[in-house]
Amino acid sequence: MAVASELGYADIPALFQRMTGDEKHEWAAASTLHVLWVLYDRVLDVSPDRADDPDRDRFLLSKGHGPMAYYAVLAAKGFIEPSTLDSWTEFDSPLGQHPDRVLVPGVEIGSGSLGHGMPIGVGVAVGLRLQGRTSRVVVLVGDAELDEGSNHEAIALAGRLGLDNFTVVVVDNESGTHGWPGGVAARFAVEGWETSTVDGRDEDALYSAFTTGHVGRPLAVVARISADREENR
Amino acid sequence: MNMRQVFADTVQDVMTSDPRVVVVLAEISRDAFRPSPRVVNVGIREQAMVGVGGGLALSGLRPVVHSYAPFLVERPFEQIKLDFGHQDVGGVFVSIGGSYDDPAWGRTHQAPGDVALFDTLPGWRIFVPGHPGEVADIVRGALAADDRVYIRLSLRENSVAYPVIEGFTEVRRGRAGIVIAVGPVLDSVLAATEGVDVTVLYATSVRPFDGEGLRAAVARGQRADVLLVEPYLEGTSAWLVDEALADVPHRLRALGVRRDAELRAYGTAEDHDSAHDLDVLGIAAAVRRMFR
Repeated sequence: MAVASELGYADIPALFQRMTGDEKHEWAAASTLHVLWVLYDRVLDVSPDRADDPDRDRFLLSKGHGPMAYYAVLAAKGFIEPSTLDSWTEFDSPLGQHPDRVLVPGVEIGSGSLGHGMPIGVGVAVGLRLQGRTSRVVVLVGDAELDEGSNHEAIALAGRLGLDNFTVVVVDNESGTHGWPGGVAARFAVEGWETSTVDGRDEDALYSAFTTGHVGRPLAVVARISADREENR
Repeated sequence: MNMRQVFADTVQDVMTSDPRVVVVLAEISRDAFRPSPRVVNVGIREQAMVGVGGGLALSGLRPVVHSYAPFLVERPFEQIKLDFGHQDVGGVFVSIGGSYDDPAWGRTHQAPGDVALFDTLPGWRIFVPGHPGEVADIVRGALAADDRVYIRLSLRENSVAYPVIEGFTEVRRGRAGIVIAVGPVLDSVLAATEGVDVTVLYATSVRPFDGEGLRAAVARGQRADVLLVEPYLEGTSAWLVDEALADVPHRLRALGVRRDAELRAYGTAEDHDSAHDLDVLGIAAAVRRMFR
């Protein structure tokens, strides 16, 4: 299913429109797009021909809802044929409204129900560490997803285990009803994580945050998406 | 030695030669395992326990996930469904406590519905040993495989162990019908059917269900009457008996932990056996009604 020619960021709008099917600029509003692009373009050690390599990095999309940006990036990076996007969510398409790792090459977990990716990611990180592998595990969650208590089990556990091969990126567009007084990053910092809070559309800032050293502790990157800019679609 | 200790000793023995095996706990049984990087105690965090187990499997390891039955199966049930089944990875789940091993702790520590819950998910093999001597073979077999396995341990046990096989073991042969005894209820079933002309089938391996074995036993007898005696929720396997005998006119009666009301009582496991008609008297009464 992997394609030879790799597309670039400039191709993302066209890939998006294969799913949205109109001229709307939904791609520009996707809160996860810049985070995903920086990860797949500059941070993660992954490629379509190494989808089963045990030493590949792992990206786990925990917030599986609204996966268009994810599919577009996977298509741009050659994990899926761009033509697959045309029939997404149809009965026999591998691409649903929530991704399924069994159906899509390069997708590391099936997600959709919130609060599963982080505990699974802790398990993957522990498992890789036990096997002496140096690959890193990155889990993407949303700020509202943090409502699920399972995340807080995982945040405490990863901190206590000192999982320095583990990164969580929280895409924070303040979508949670009850919010996080004092900020999202504080929830991780108190459990011993390295944290940084950056503009979720500033790719250099994101790259810098993802590549900050965090010896002996996990890393949380809070990618803030301002509501103003989202409304300017 | 009780079933839990046989389980822990067997897992640790296999770990010395199989680097894939890793244990995830949530405090319970932490002292039954020697400290090791491959024994991960996540604290009292059952959702994380199951999620971490799924992640370990995704990384290529063979996780053993263990706790008291309600906290292993019921509390993190969606994690079992999604973090193992939906991710299409395997693991070995091992519970203790059974339906009511220690009823003084009350309803919170009882899980008669565990096997029925697993029946809602595809791809799980389920074992219900009736004696500590059956546990090591079950655990070794599960660790050597790659699939999803649930092993239900209990303090209740029969007087003798049987060889662990797939499907039913014919313990007694008769003509008037068939009594199926699952795991630790076998001794009570044998006492309750003393002198009655029935076949007694014993199962430690309950999923997949041995429909072929049941049909063969029915064919050897004179009547397709089946009394199903299970140590968990009554009728848990009734649908599989019916499925196995779909082409045979048959009668089925199921004994197990009652569904109709929550039993708000403490006491001993034997007291609860009596309350659910799972003691010798209760089973014998059902046998008389069905086979005489």
